[in-house]
Amino acid sequence: MEKEPASKVELAPGVGGGGEIPTFDITLKVRRYNPEVSDEAHWDEWQLTMYGTDRVLDALHKVKWEHDGSVSFRRSCAHGVCGSDAMRINGRNRLACKTLLKDLDTSKPILVEPIKGLPVEKDLIVDMEPFFQSYREIMPFLISKGHEPAKERLQSAEERDRYDDTTKCILCAACTSSCPVFWTDGQYFGPAAIVNAHRFIFDSRDDAGDMRLEILNDKEGVWRCRTTFNCSEACPRGIQVTKAISEVKQAILTRKI
Amino acid sequence: MATPIIESPRSGRVAPGYSRSTPSRSNFEMIAWLFMRISGAILVVLIFVHLYVNLVAGDGISGIDFGFVAGKWASPFWQIWDLTMLWLAMLHGTNGIRVIINDYADKNSTRMWLKGVLYTSTVVIVVLGTLVIFTFDPCPVIDGVAHVADYCPTP
Repeated sequence: MEKEPASKVELAPGVGGGGEIPTFDITLKVRRYNPEVSDEAHWDEWQLTMYGTDRVLDALHKVKWEHDGSVSFRRSCAHGVCGSDAMRINGRNRLACKTLLKDLDTSKPILVEPIKGLPVEKDLIVDMEPFFQSYREIMPFLISKGHEPAKERLQSAEERDRYDDTTKCILCAACTSSCPVFWTDGQYFGPAAIVNAHRFIFDSRDDAGDMRLEILNDKEGVWRCRTTFNCSEACPRGIQVTKAISEVKQAILTRKI
Repeated sequence: MATPIIESPRSGRVAPGYSRSTPSRSNFEMIAWLFMRISGAILVVLIFVHLYVNLVAGDGISGIDFGFVAGKWASPFWQIWDLTMLWLAMLHGTNGIRVIINDYADKNSTRMWLKGVLYTSTVVIVVLGTLVIFTFDPCPVIDGVAHVADYCPTP
């Protein structure tokens, strides 16, 4: 029987490790808003010494833990999966936990703002309820007619591949809050809701595709999309959002005509 | 003792301005979207042939005068051509502006006013243009006097 590998490996001194990590100084500017103090938002800035392995989230942690504990932001896993820390970094929607400081221009201040188009509650925290409301409305769950099979619902690799891209969504709202249509029209379903509808519309095991297409064939649905590609560019998971929206448009057209 | 009820932080309250009004059970937006694509493709052909015939073919740009237009509209082919171009271009443009107004006008009243002006001007131009194409008379007789140009048949 093969022996299990040791759970801990002792390294000789000087072996492993990448040497000293370079440090640099940055200026972090954060858009602050606290309705209990003032109705006006303002910028606060801090000079920080950060490491080459640090992300924007680490800089925010440093501020919150060592400089100003009142700075508020959401973050959960801190590894780009939970989708809690989407924010506008240097004018682009990014996940703070996936954006390395060394990849930004550290000679200028790094600007961090809450995502646009949703009501700001405090500092970098926005009210996500409108976003999730749209998500709920497209019924993001499997609906199947007929009897429940005794075993698993079979699907070929090709059928699975059809909607693979849109399964990657983590609901961080980076796409919806980068959409200029959503900025002026908060009633628009938004890219994220359409992406998650796409995930079930093109799933061969699901039978409610027509219902979802009917929901998105609304004046606030897919026809509101102006294909500016902001959403595709903002998506931290690299989902081809604009392509998914176009496929939903095509599906509505072929169903109706 | 009754346990105080603390409302769930995710009680589903959606900020005003975000909640959608009742879903529209119409295909209008889909048809408008489709119309933009189809009319756009047709207009490319219509407009470039129009430009070539008027500005390049024959005498080119120096050949354009009242008589040139009169000559074109004497043929039913160019009447239909220009009519199609007028209608498609006006509806394509109107829908484009309608979409831009929807995108940019914040207040309902602003949106209503801008669309009112837009639709009125569209109707005026389309009606006037259609009327001119079909009632155009290059050799009119006014008060018994024939205003005869050199291309008109002599009475």
